[in-house]
Amino acid sequence: MSNSNEKASQIVEGKHADNERLKLESDYLRGTIVDDLSDNMTGGFTPDNYQLIRTHGMYQQDDRDIRAERQKQKLEPLHNVMLRARMPGGIITPKQWLAIDKFSHDKTSYGSIRLTTRQTFQFHGVLKPNIKLMHQTLNEYGIDSIATAGDVNRNVLCTSNPVESELHAEAYEWAKKISEHLLPKTRAYAEIWLDGEKIEGGTEEGDVEPILGKSYLPRKFKTTVVIPPQNDIDVHANDLNFVAISDGGKLVGFNVLVGGGLAMTHGDKSTYPRKADDFGFVTLANTLAVAAAVVTTQRDWGNRVNRKNAKTKYTLDRVGVDVFKAEVEKRAEITFEESRPYEFTFRGDRFGWVEGIDSKHHLTLFIENGRLLDYPEKALKTGVAKIAEIHKGDFRMTANQNLIVAGVAEQDKAEIEKIAREHGLINDSHSIQRKNSMACVAFPTCPLAMAEAERYIPKLVDDVEAILTKNGLAEEAIILRVTGCPNGCGRAMLAEIGLVGKGPGKYNMYLGSNLGGTRIPKLYKENLGEQDILTEIDQLSARWAADRNKDEAFGDFVIRAGIVSEVKISMRDFHDD
Amino acid sequence: MPQEQLTLQQNLNPTSSALDANQLALLQQATSSYSSLQLAWASGYLAAKSESGPSTVLSPVSAPVVAKTLTILYASQTGNAKGVAKQLEQSASAAGITVKLTNVSDYKAKSLKSETHVLIIASTNGEGEPPDDAIEFHEFLLGKKAPKLPNLSYSVLALGDSSYEFFCQTGKDFDERLKALGAKQITPRVDCDVDYDSDSESLTLSIVESLKEELTQQETGLASVTSLGQVDLATAGAESIYNKQNPLNAEFILSQKITGRDSEKDVRHIEIDLGESGLTYQAGDALGVYFENDSALVAELISVLKLTGEEKVKIKIDGANQVFTLTDALTTQLEITQTPPSFVEFWAKISGNNELAAIAADKNTAREYAGEHQIIDVLEAAPTEIDPQFFIEALRKITPRLYSIASAQAEVEEEVHLTVGLVSYEKDGKTRFGGASHYLADGLEESQSVRVFVEHNDNFRLPTDSNTPVIMIGPGTGVAPFRAFMQQREADEASGDNWMFFGDQTFTQDFLYQVEWQNYLKSGLLTRMDVAFSRDQAEKIYVQDRLKEQAKEVFAWLERGAHLYICGDMSRMAKDVEAALIEIISEQGQLSSEDAEQYLKDLRSNKRYQKDVY
Repeated sequence: MSNSNEKASQIVEGKHADNERLKLESDYLRGTIVDDLSDNMTGGFTPDNYQLIRTHGMYQQDDRDIRAERQKQKLEPLHNVMLRARMPGGIITPKQWLAIDKFSHDKTSYGSIRLTTRQTFQFHGVLKPNIKLMHQTLNEYGIDSIATAGDVNRNVLCTSNPVESELHAEAYEWAKKISEHLLPKTRAYAEIWLDGEKIEGGTEEGDVEPILGKSYLPRKFKTTVVIPPQNDIDVHANDLNFVAISDGGKLVGFNVLVGGGLAMTHGDKSTYPRKADDFGFVTLANTLAVAAAVVTTQRDWGNRVNRKNAKTKYTLDRVGVDVFKAEVEKRAEITFEESRPYEFTFRGDRFGWVEGIDSKHHLTLFIENGRLLDYPEKALKTGVAKIAEIHKGDFRMTANQNLIVAGVAEQDKAEIEKIAREHGLINDSHSIQRKNSMACVAFPTCPLAMAEAERYIPKLVDDVEAILTKNGLAEEAIILRVTGCPNGCGRAMLAEIGLVGKGPGKYNMYLGSNLGGTRIPKLYKENLGEQDILTEIDQLSARWAADRNKDEAFGDFVIRAGIVSEVKISMRDFHDD
Repeated sequence: MPQEQLTLQQNLNPTSSALDANQLALLQQATSSYSSLQLAWASGYLAAKSESGPSTVLSPVSAPVVAKTLTILYASQTGNAKGVAKQLEQSASAAGITVKLTNVSDYKAKSLKSETHVLIIASTNGEGEPPDDAIEFHEFLLGKKAPKLPNLSYSVLALGDSSYEFFCQTGKDFDERLKALGAKQITPRVDCDVDYDSDSESLTLSIVESLKEELTQQETGLASVTSLGQVDLATAGAESIYNKQNPLNAEFILSQKITGRDSEKDVRHIEIDLGESGLTYQAGDALGVYFENDSALVAELISVLKLTGEEKVKIKIDGANQVFTLTDALTTQLEITQTPPSFVEFWAKISGNNELAAIAADKNTAREYAGEHQIIDVLEAAPTEIDPQFFIEALRKITPRLYSIASAQAEVEEEVHLTVGLVSYEKDGKTRFGGASHYLADGLEESQSVRVFVEHNDNFRLPTDSNTPVIMIGPGTGVAPFRAFMQQREADEASGDNWMFFGDQTFTQDFLYQVEWQNYLKSGLLTRMDVAFSRDQAEKIYVQDRLKEQAKEVFAWLERGAHLYICGDMSRMAKDVEAALIEIISEQGQLSSEDAEQYLKDLRSNKRYQKDVY
């Protein structure tokens, strides 16, 4: 047992942030959400519930494009919710797909399905009267959205590797198990959205949260299961990562990486993107215990006074990696073994058909920005639905916002490819650069967005393609990511060129991550306009073309050439001039 | 002027007045609660008392009804009939006739037996029913208990709108019934259409002429005006030099669309500046707006007629001919966006078009056709050439449109706000607009002038006691006067509860003044609000459904004295709401439906149930 004085010293003293009050008072995430649902004077939620619905997988948003217009019209903002489903590992069946396809068509303002960097789908623009219907529809098809946002453990990611099907199947099972193990145990979700019966006898007796606790976590918490050498899920963007270690194609255990995270706040040097630290290897038998121990240590030691420093990465830097690790070992009653060797070499998806070791075929479709919508010239969303109607395998949503039609028998390949081509889901003209580019949603729905991202990147990529071609780099690509704010959804802080929104049309430019995603980039220039960005990329890529070593990636080049210095330890180097 | 009165009162003291201390105390006590307007009236009353010599008893001024008094009864919904009645009263008095002017709601129908000469001025509601004030009188007169009236001479002046099926129906009912009861018609009934000014003038003259000799009696005393209730006092005091005949050139401020971009409706919030005019209004009043026709429509119309627009035409204004170019006449003087059924008949004759003639032959089809076609549509259906003067004489004069005022001066001071639904529809691929709403919505730039006047509506007033709760039912643009009510209640720091019912098509696009209602709820001024959006779910939900859902509470509010107001669409909404109210009262009060109807009638006669429907 630990010395209680020592333990107390790991806790940040002071007045707790207001979010702590509302979680504690929420009666296990219920709040007064039910009252808000019957308030038909507004499409929104009251401030506390605005936060609480996140733990049920929803964000209140509004159409920011018409916010000012509606203010003049004496109408409130066009409040709606975005829902992020809980889909550990991103696997969805054709039957489930057809259900979400229909709901998004009938009941969302945008009529789209979005595949997101959290390896799941999102509905955008659901009005209050349809929220319960949405949850009930999903529930009917075995989908929920519990804890996909808010101060809880969110949707657990898992590498989309259909080729090594057996290893993937094992890893995926662990992703599901970890997700279930760390899920809130409160019945609030079922009560509020599914008309589940309220537990009698008060909540103290009725609800127990052995892992998360009554105040839940100090901040959001993200977990992954990754199968090297692929790092599609970007371990360093996550609090807790299980790196699959196999022996002869069989999973034997995991290296545990703790404390990654990309979010920061402009102008606040106490915040920074940070890589995860490797704690060592654990066997499968100890996996759930370690997961719970990391979460409870962060639950107890995480900063509940200042939300900007509340994530696991700051706890590690504050108490020391060794101290944190020792606490996890104590709580899990294990000792980490020495980390097993592994290497990350790439992060992108393998587009097109691949054949798995089980002789099934898998088609990875590039979905620009993850946005499935019927465009006038290409009915992408209809295309996927048509595939779902005949497909006998399943779909895999990737952490790069793409979609895999997985488990296709040889004789079905042709028909699926035909549908995909007819609907613009396979487009041979998509450049390698486009496939290495990513953006978050940002305007018009995200309340945090400071600048455009998803609506900006298609044109940006056109321009970058032209620049690369001009500089003799037509066959090359740079990992390019745009995110509308420094919160990190677009993972720009693991890009070779990362653009982070600062204000309308203004971005900070970061340079220098690597292909494996194991290096945090460094600020290169601030407040660049769109034209400045192109000028910089032109000059930088021209230098790269002229001076690069053989096969040297852009991110490695900018560091070797001294264009930016390398970030080795984020706390020390990231803000260092 | 009211200011002076107040000063006068304060200066009264025993040393400077003719009253002893006791009398003075009584006077001060009696007048302490008077508003400045009431004081103004009282001073006039006392002056009249002193002129009529030493009187010992303070009794109402109604002198014993002498034979050969002309009793003028008016039944007004928006105030038009009342205005005409006042005009008649003045002309008759000027001619030396003894006149008694009374609102029918204040008149005991049985007294008709003892009358010799009665003049009835009655407006008609849209579906042919009498205005609220006249419901009981109408019911009595047309019922079995009505007495024979062999000694009565009468005339009826009916006000209406010929675009409705039951044009001037209430006036017709009175006329036919009085005849049947044995009364003698002095002059034939006159049915006045919306542009009634000239008709009523000629009628005034002819009636006054035919009555003059019979009724003029040198010895008769003052004409008594008996409809001076408290509310009338206020409006009488607030009368302005600006009126329908002499509108104010006010300054247009803005037209702001207040339905969302995906709404099927285009509703505008209009603001107009009355400036230093001194024109005042009360919550519940309407604003009369003179409009100009859209220049594009006028040009199109002229081109269909194969004319240039430069042709000179004569139009009679205030009895004198004035000359206009055809373009100006069609823009500023003549109605071209509403078609009277008579125009269909006229154009059928002129054009010799058989189809049009067939339509015109039947009154009902002619009326329906006129309701769906603007003048230009009729012309295009049967194009032909015509003399411009002959053409314009077939058109009605442009009449101002009345809009319920959506603001209270306590809040907006010299501004006046309206809530205007832009009337538009597609006709053969062309968009046709309502004349006045299009003018207000899109025809005016900021600081351009717009001709307006205030139409007082004493039949739509907040309770005088600010502790009295109110229930407001105002879907669609019917929301307008309730925005004014809330502003007034806020300014008055009224402690009475307020309950608003609003409805429209969709929550996201059509929730008129949503943010303001939210704020009133937040501040607590608005006690509760129930909304119904008909298209947000599979089954249609309307305000009457919300009322029924809240039946128990609604009835409880009525039982504790709440005033009930309805504003908006008459033909469907108001009827359905009224049916719902009767159902609620019957169910909650355990009354038969007849008794529930009576309950509502009693509310109406106690001025606790008021409607502003159109």
